[in-house]
Amino acid sequence: MSIPIEHVISLSALLFVIGVVGALTRRNLIVILMSIELMLNAANLALVGFNRVWSVTAEGAARYDGQVFALMVIAVAAAEVAVGLGILLSLIRNRDSLNVDDASLLRW
Amino acid sequence: MSFEMFLFYAFAFLAVFSAVAMIGFVRHIVAAAMSLVVTMVSLAGIYVLMHAELIAAIQILVYAGAIVVLFLFVIMLLDLRDGGLGPAARGQNLVKAVGVGGTVTIGTLVVASVSGVFSVNPLVESLPEGFGEHRALGIALFTDYALAVELVGLVLLASIVGAVILAKRKID
Amino acid sequence: MILVVAKTLFILIVVTLLFAPLITWVERKQSAIMQDRIGANRADLAGMTFLGLLHPAADVIKLLSKEDLVPAGANRFLHALAPILSAVPALIAFAVIPYGATYRFGDTTFTLVAADIDWGVLYLLVIGSLATYGSVLAGWASRSNWSMLGAIRATAQMISYEVTMGLSIVGIFMVFGSLKLTDMAVAQDTTFRVFGFLDLFASLPAGAGWLNAIRLPNWGIFLQPLAFLLFLTCIMAENKRPPFDLPEADSELVAGYFTEYSGMRFGLFYMAEFIEVVVIAGAVAALFLGGWAVPYLSQETITAGVASLFGEGFANLVCMLIHVGCFFSKVVFLVWLQMLIRWSFPRFRYDQLMDLCWKVILPLSLLNIFLTAAGMLLAQQIAPGAAAS
Repeated sequence: MSIPIEHVISLSALLFVIGVVGALTRRNLIVILMSIELMLNAANLALVGFNRVWSVTAEGAARYDGQVFALMVIAVAAAEVAVGLGILLSLIRNRDSLNVDDASLLRW
Repeated sequence: MSFEMFLFYAFAFLAVFSAVAMIGFVRHIVAAAMSLVVTMVSLAGIYVLMHAELIAAIQILVYAGAIVVLFLFVIMLLDLRDGGLGPAARGQNLVKAVGVGGTVTIGTLVVASVSGVFSVNPLVESLPEGFGEHRALGIALFTDYALAVELVGLVLLASIVGAVILAKRKID
Repeated sequence: MILVVAKTLFILIVVTLLFAPLITWVERKQSAIMQDRIGANRADLAGMTFLGLLHPAADVIKLLSKEDLVPAGANRFLHALAPILSAVPALIAFAVIPYGATYRFGDTTFTLVAADIDWGVLYLLVIGSLATYGSVLAGWASRSNWSMLGAIRATAQMISYEVTMGLSIVGIFMVFGSLKLTDMAVAQDTTFRVFGFLDLFASLPAGAGWLNAIRLPNWGIFLQPLAFLLFLTCIMAENKRPPFDLPEADSELVAGYFTEYSGMRFGLFYMAEFIEVVVIAGAVAALFLGGWAVPYLSQETITAGVASLFGEGFANLVCMLIHVGCFFSKVVFLVWLQMLIRWSFPRFRYDQLMDLCWKVILPLSLLNIFLTAAGMLLAQQIAPGAAAS
């Protein structure tokens, strides 16, 4: 008896929505970055779940499209955090604030 | 309900609870980061249940072990006042957010049920030997997906350079 | 099921109740010898001091009876959680390290390892990365400048050395073709010809046949000597003991991230550190020193030799005892080596620590991967199936 895929996808959608709500409602750059991480994680969960559904080809060989995709997402998330936190540090340095509304000017 | 199902729901509850805690009701940003860790680790548990053991290990290694620690490192570098969480959610934003969120959720479920992705392919019960373990996934990564691996390496290199430039006070 | 519980309990008891207290004693005595002192010798039981062996017990009693302070303004929950978060990874890390081979008694076959998972080495890295949280949260929750500085240093140091620790043992995976620690131990239970690589180029001249008789155990340290040095450095830096003790540098930061801890909570940090010393010794022994393998005497040799005299069941038992003894003597040796390093070198400066990680160890471990790959490819090209060095 394995886990119904519908439940996995619903969980993924729920986590994604929580991430969206966090990213849209909070004004703190760190919380926004963490919400984006949460969304990426939700996407990963869906990818791994779908990989479980299409886990073997017609010939019976294993296939890993979803899991490989999830690995790529993890790598890209790590890159995103590195750059995001770099931006955060320079925002603090220039504006002395974590609030993204303080960085609404295109140039100064 | 089998033990597997029980574990899945336990992990799912933990993940959703701590995700809500992260954006909603914790009072300090370090607590928010710790809730994110709990979400990550519960998701890793779910990955194990879905026969993706390597992904689960990498999930903990990269997310819990590196990404959130990096967040904590930056949080400690900054001198944050009153919890560092900033202003709470504004009503107008909340409406927008729930609107977008609801659309995404309903859209997902509608697309899923209309396209019938769940009914086409019932779960395969007998998986090949060593499914989702490092050996099989590694072979897949370095044969079928070699180009993608190289490109991700390029992305990582670019982000390292970008992070160094952003974080350095003055480039000499 | 009973077997698993028994194996887990055995390793837990040996590591926490036997090794960890003994190591505190070894550390004191070792430092005393190196500094020409006598060392711990005061605690006594009816006038008997037992070479100071009673000190660990006295320490525990002292720590348990001390007042448990929580500094004002600290986050009470995280302050209480941090010592647990740093002790638990140390305790569960030993689960994948095999301390004996697979033995058969009648119908039951068992392997002496608590959890024989396929990605054992990855498990060790995962546990190592989770161990960061204990020190980070301890430093942050204490609300003290010393703790905070210690935590910041600990975070940067542990993240950096995790990366290089993972890279430095890639050569080992390549040579043994597995991430499973039990497979690695079995692969190290043989010997290889030191000059076997000469076959790749030409046949040996007459009279040089004795070269073929020179054999070394097939251990990681002989196959990957560079990886051994790099891995030992990285994993000791992960444990944050001198000369890598920047996060707790006594002369600068009082006690670093656990400045504000007292009583048994401080004891947990202290214990975690000493258990990690044993875990490091076990991991290095399993990866590089052949684990339970006795040099030049493979499991078949021992079993067959004893079985010819006393029967098979007894031979398996003898073999098991020899292997477990061999493993723990390697662990004891590596613990001693760590003590030697700990008391020999002065503390690094912070920039030196980071330079060592990113400018020395990282390029060298990449070079090691490259050389290993080139060597393995060369061996395959010239003589398929020949024993690669």
